[in-house]
Formats: sequence, C-alpha cells, structure tokens
Amino acid sequence: MLFAEAIPPPASPLANLLWLAPLPPLAGFALIALFLNRYRRTSAYLATALMITSAVISFIIFFSVFQNKDLGNAPIGSSVPWLSTGTTTLRLGVFVDPLGACFLFMVPLACSLIFIYSTGYMAADPRYSRFFTYLSLFAGSMMGLVVSDNLLGLFIFWELMGFCSYSLIGFFYQKPSAYKAAVKAFMTTRVGDMLLLLGMVYLYAQTGTLNFHDIMHSQQALAALAATPAVLSLGLSAAGLIGILIFGGTVGKSAQWPLHVWLPDAMEGPTPVSAMIHAAAMVSAGIFMLLRIFPLLHATGEFSTAFTVIGLIGAFTAFMGATIALAQFDVKRVLAFSTISQLGFMVAAVGIGAYVAAAFHLLTHAFFKALLFLGSGSVIHGVEHGHHHVHGDAHGDAHANTPTLAGTGTLASAGTLASASVHAEEAHGHPAAGSVDVPQTPSGVLATAHDAHEPAHDEFDPQDMRNMGGLRLRMPVTFWTFLIGGLALAGFPFITAGFWSKDEIFADAYHQGFVSGHGLGSLVFVLLVVSALMTAFYTARQIALVFLGKPRTEAAEHAVESVPSMTFPLVVLAVFAVFVGFVNIPPDFPVFGAIVGPSASWLRTFLASGLTEAPEALAFNIVPVLASLTVALGGLALGFSVYRGRVLETGVKDPVESLGGLFTFLNRRWMWDELYRAIFINPLQWAADRYTDAIDKGVIDWVLEGVYKVGAAITGGFAAFDREIITGFSDFVGRVFGEAGSWVRELQSGQVQNYLLSGLVMALAILAFFLFVK
Amino acid sequence: MNLFANAIHGIPLWWFLVLASALFCIGLYGVLGRKNAIAMLMGVELMLNAVNINLLAFWRYIAPNSATGTAFAAFIFVIAAAEAAVGLGLIISVYRSMQSIDPETLDQLKL
Repeated sequence: MLFAEAIPPPASPLANLLWLAPLPPLAGFALIALFLNRYRRTSAYLATALMITSAVISFIIFFSVFQNKDLGNAPIGSSVPWLSTGTTTLRLGVFVDPLGACFLFMVPLACSLIFIYSTGYMAADPRYSRFFTYLSLFAGSMMGLVVSDNLLGLFIFWELMGFCSYSLIGFFYQKPSAYKAAVKAFMTTRVGDMLLLLGMVYLYAQTGTLNFHDIMHSQQALAALAATPAVLSLGLSAAGLIGILIFGGTVGKSAQWPLHVWLPDAMEGPTPVSAMIHAAAMVSAGIFMLLRIFPLLHATGEFSTAFTVIGLIGAFTAFMGATIALAQFDVKRVLAFSTISQLGFMVAAVGIGAYVAAAFHLLTHAFFKALLFLGSGSVIHGVEHGHHHVHGDAHGDAHANTPTLAGTGTLASAGTLASASVHAEEAHGHPAAGSVDVPQTPSGVLATAHDAHEPAHDEFDPQDMRNMGGLRLRMPVTFWTFLIGGLALAGFPFITAGFWSKDEIFADAYHQGFVSGHGLGSLVFVLLVVSALMTAFYTARQIALVFLGKPRTEAAEHAVESVPSMTFPLVVLAVFAVFVGFVNIPPDFPVFGAIVGPSASWLRTFLASGLTEAPEALAFNIVPVLASLTVALGGLALGFSVYRGRVLETGVKDPVESLGGLFTFLNRRWMWDELYRAIFINPLQWAADRYTDAIDKGVIDWVLEGVYKVGAAITGGFAAFDREIITGFSDFVGRVFGEAGSWVRELQSGQVQNYLLSGLVMALAILAFFLFVK
Repeated sequence: MNLFANAIHGIPLWWFLVLASALFCIGLYGVLGRKNAIAMLMGVELMLNAVNINLLAFWRYIAPNSATGTAFAAFIFVIAAAEAAVGLGLIISVYRSMQSIDPETLDQLKL
C-alpha cells in the first residue's frame, strides 16, 4: 500500500444534511414499492414531495457552501467504516466539495421539475405508481452518487442507476422494442462498468483507499501513482491506466463511441425518463465521475496518453452524434444523438484538460437538454391528443381498458362508458362537468400509455417530425420554451447558457491547439466547431419541422397545449437555460465581463478551488468567440433558411434525404448496430446455440436421461419383485389349495359303482391286514 | 374244519366253497362292471345266492342237525327277494325320470 487512508473529518450539521440529502427519494421508493402501489395519486404526489424535500436540503447545503473558498481543501463530510478488508477498512461516507456542490444544485432541481412534469405526463398510465417507484430510486441513486465521498459508494449508486435505467427504459415491457432496448442499455453500460471496476480495483490495490479527497487532493499519492508503471506496461503509468479504465465506465454510461449504441434505443422509455437519464442524471454521472478523477488524469501529465485517448474519443463522438442527428426524423432521437454529441463535447473538454469548461457545459446542458426533452414530450402529447381527437373513439375502448385516473374505488362505479366520455371531455382541456364520481385530477390531458400505444395500434407515429408542423400557434408555451432550449443548444450568442459553456470549451481547445501548439487541441477545436455548426443546423431543422409552417397532418392541427403540471417545469427550465450561463462569464470578455465585474466567473473560481493545481484562467482571445458566433448564427440561419416555405409542406421530401447514400448512412446511425451485431452478437449467438446443442442437450440432458433410466430400472426391478415373487407366492398358495380341493373332490363322483369298488378295496385291505399283519 | 373230510356222496366240501366263490366273483363283476342297473341287481342276486350256497354247504357238512343254517338261508332268500323288488321299483322310477338306467349317468342325488 502506497498510501494509508486519512482520518475522516469530524461530523458537522452540514455533514448530517449531506447524509439526509439522498434519503427522501430512496425512502419514497421503499414506501411506494411496499405499501402504496395501488394508490396512484398518493404515490405520485408523495414521490414528488419527497424529491422536493431532497431538493430543499440540497439547496440548503449549496447555499451554505457556495461562497466557501476553502471548500476544495477542506470538504465537509463524514464517513462510517463499512467493510474491513484485512488491515484497511472500506468506508462509506458523504462529502461536498465544489464540484459536488454545483451538482447538488443542478441535479435535485432538474429531477424535481421532471417529477412534477411526470405527474402530468404519466397520469393515465395504469402503472403510474410503479413509474414513480423507479423514478424515486433513480433520483435517490443520483443524489447518493453526487454526495458519495469514495469511488465505491459512487459505484454502488452507479449500478443502481443502471438497474433503474433498465427498468424505466423497459417500462412498457409489453413492447418488444422496449424490453430489448432495456437489455441493450444494461448490457452496453455493463461493458463500461467492468472497465470501471477494473480501474477501481487497481486503484485500491495501489493506494489502499478509494476516497476521493484522500487520493485526488494528495500530491504525494498522485505523484506515486503517476510514477508507478502500469501493470500492463503499455507505456502508461498506473495513474494513466487507472484513468483510462475508469474512463471506460464513462464511455459506457455517458454513451461515448464505441458504447453509444444504447442511448438512441433508450428513447423507448417514457419521455420524462429520457429527460432524466439523458440530461440530468445518468449520463451526467459519467462525466461527473470523470471530473472527480480529473486530478488523477492530470497527474499523468498535461498531454499524456490518457488525455489523448479521452480527447479523441470525445471529439469523435461529438462529431458523429451531430452528423447522425441531422438525418433523424423522430423528435426524440434527434435529441438523443444531440445528447451523445454534447457529451462528446464535455469529454473532449476533459481530454484537453479543461476541467471548468467541461463541468460548466455539463451543468448548462443538463438544463437545456432536460428542457428540450420535456418539451418534446409535451409536443408528443399534443400530437397524440390531436390524433385521438381526430380519430374519435376508435381508441375509446382502449382507454376504457386502462384503469384511468384515480385508483380509488369510486371509479369502478362510474363504469367504462363514463370514463370514455370523461376522457373525451377532458381532452378538450375543460373538466367534464357533471360527470359522476370521477375525481378531477389536475393532469387531465388525455395521456394513455401512448408510447406503448402507437405503432402497434395504427400506423400513425406521434413522434415523427414529419407528422408535426405549425405547433407554435397551438402550443405556445411549449414553443417558446423549446425555442429557448434549442437556441441554448445551438449556442445562440450571449443570452443563452449554451453559448457561454460552449465558448469556454472552444477557448480552451483553441488555446491548447493553436496558441500552445499541441495537436490534440487543434483537432478537438476543429471537430467541435464543425459539430457545433451541425448542432445549430439540426436544431433549426427540428424547430422548423415541429413548430413552424403549417400543420402537416390533422393530428398536428388539433394539438392542444399541455396542462400546467407539464408546462410549468418547461418555463422554469427555460429561465435557467438563459440565466445559468451568467455564472461563468470570463472577466475579460469584451462587454459582458465588464458589466458583471470581476466576480463574474464565480464558477471558475469556485470549481478551481477544488483542484490542488488550479487551472489558470485564459486570457481572452477573439478567435474562438468568433468561431462560436459564426457557427451558431450561421448554423441557425442555414437551418431556418433551408427549412421554410415549401419545404415545410405536407408530403415534401426532407432536403436531408437528397444526400442519398450519405443520408442512409447517417440515418442508420453509421451502421454501428449492424456492425456490432455482426462482430459480437451473431458469433456469440452461434456459439451459444452450439453450446446448447452440445453441452446442454448433449451432455446434461444425456446425464439426466441416464439418471432417469437408472431410476426406472431400479423401480422396475422392485416392481417385478413385487409382482412376480410376492404376489406370485400368494397366488400360488391359493392355487395349491384350490387344486388340492378339486382333486379331492373327485373322490365323490356320485357314481355307485365307484363307491362299491372303493368299499371292495378297503374290505380287501382290512382282510389282508388281519390275515397277514395281525 | 376239514375241507377234505365229510365227503357226502363223495363230494368234498371245498367244491361247494369254490363254486360259491366263483359265483360271488361273477356277481361282483356284474355289480361293478355292468352298465345296466338291472344287470347290477342280477349281480347282487348272484352274490346273495353265492353266499347262500356257502352258508348251506357249511351247514350241511358241519352241523346238519341244527336248524340255524336253514333259518339263516331263509332270511337271506326273503331279504334278497324284498331287496330285488324294491330295487326294481327304484329302477322303474329312475327310468321314468332320467330315461336311462346307466349307473354312470345317475351320479346326482337330485333327479
């Protein structure tokens, strides 16, 4: 062991709050799963209330520490011993350092808004309670991960989230595509998790501890790790190998190439789940962990192999995700690939050593991506509603079948006909007056399990952007919030958070590449700039196809704005998508830096205090800003100019499709799924089939049959013994007596002459006896 | 008793005894070996008569003065006659029921 664990800091009230922070949602999970499953509204409101409680606790913590300049060196926390392994003891504990504090602000806020949104979105799903069970577990796990003070605790919650994502993606488990997507997500992230585990084990073996503060904040430990050559002698130090292995976990969880394939399929889950998984929680966890071990990576040297690998994978993923997003028609899949691309941005930022930029982009992305996903959910809801309105009660029977709205007994008396008409009434946004006994829920939008509904029922796909259009007039709140989110994603200058975070990454990349002259930085800069251009373009495309122009289908024509429980979170998130960028304006930025003053880059100073070697703030350079302005505005302009007018009319082919073979390649996601199927899955399937034939059917079944035959022989033997000998003996005894009796009976023949003969014989015998013997 | 003595008119006793035995055996054969009930009765008569001859022979040669022999023989005659009459009556009755007087077929008490 190179390094013994430090004595944990004494507990303080804030540390106790830290222990409490993840508990409410976890308690909610247990309560709903065990007791409240049949009370739909209770479980939903309880889960939301508990999440908000957790958010309040987290905000208390955040606002207590956000001005603490020394938080990095002396994080607040406590730990308890958990598992003793020989001479050392694994401890579980909580702590808050600057990075954790920022996440304690973002995560519960986003999760609470998603919970509120879900109460409206999933209102008519019969498995409402189950949804909130898993969602609570998910939120609790993410909170636990954020406050965890060591890699093992983080891993525990990491795996819990993996399970929750499996359950939630496969929420509509009756759909084959859903459960297959769930398995795919779990398996793919598992590959990453194995690498992560290997990294953890190696780290523990080298240092005897997994505590973040002990390792990452100790120059001595980091130097020792960097000096030790790695076990595999690939020219890496131990720190480098550990870093790459742990990065493997990030590749899986944050959907980087090559383990990105699960994320688009994860859109099979309900939209709030997509928002949670792909914006606020799960994928952020991967980047979060990467940021946690940043000092370890940094110890390997500024331009080391580990950083190169990370940077290349990140930049490539960013580029690839953006190209694929250009060619998608499903509104959620555009966002999925956009997420992959933006995560690539963050990973690339880490790869070039831009700790603050990566963290900043992660925080802003969580807000605007969650906004976009929830907005897309609202759009899908609206279009579905329009579709049902147009096609009337062809679906009435399906609604009657779902145990609607309230789970209490009063609904049973209302009867299915009443519920169908209630739906039709409430679908128009006003509560059904005079409907007997049916409790009015605030979430009256006609929300069936439509993600499970749609293509199975008929051919109409409410998620296809080609079926939308013109929604800005029909769903105004959704439109404006989605527009803000989209502009943030594209990096619209100055007024959106996305601009500031992306600009920071560009600045760091440009500085490392063109100013310092390091190749990786230049490559990252170029790729990210191109990706940002594509990002702006596909964002404009998406907004145009969904909201602008005229409705292309009747369903879109009859779309209706969503209920307040769904639009309120959108508004809140939109506010954050605009204003959260202002926490990190570089002080020497031309106009804005002067306005906000030298304390402008609060985030930078705050986060930097968490590192032992604070990265210096870069001097302002106009080039990356110009690049970012150009691509953002240019991309948006290009997108809006292509997608307007005639292009937005019904039945007109999307211009993207005119790329022909390239379009197919992009639309089919660069064929990675097919490639993996050919390389990994088909051979494994073949091997599994051969194994089944040879071992399972051949050997094991043969053995079992042999056992059966032996048993049968033994029992047959016993049966034969029983039948032949025992029964035979008793039969024999009876038969003997019978035959003897028959034989004796023949003496009495009834014939006189026989009797006379017998008498003669006996007389002679007696005569002989008396003559010769006597 | 000297079988060779008392040769009355030159006939030894044993001639009578052999004759009686022979008749008895023939009668025995008739009883046991014939398939006709009347022939059985005839055999029985023969046996009875053979016994009678035996009896009378012993009377004449041993104690001719006593009346015991003749009385005994008279009893046997009477009984034989009665028995023959009853037997024939039975046979007639049986024949009326069973249409047969073969003793092999008359092996049931119930007619």
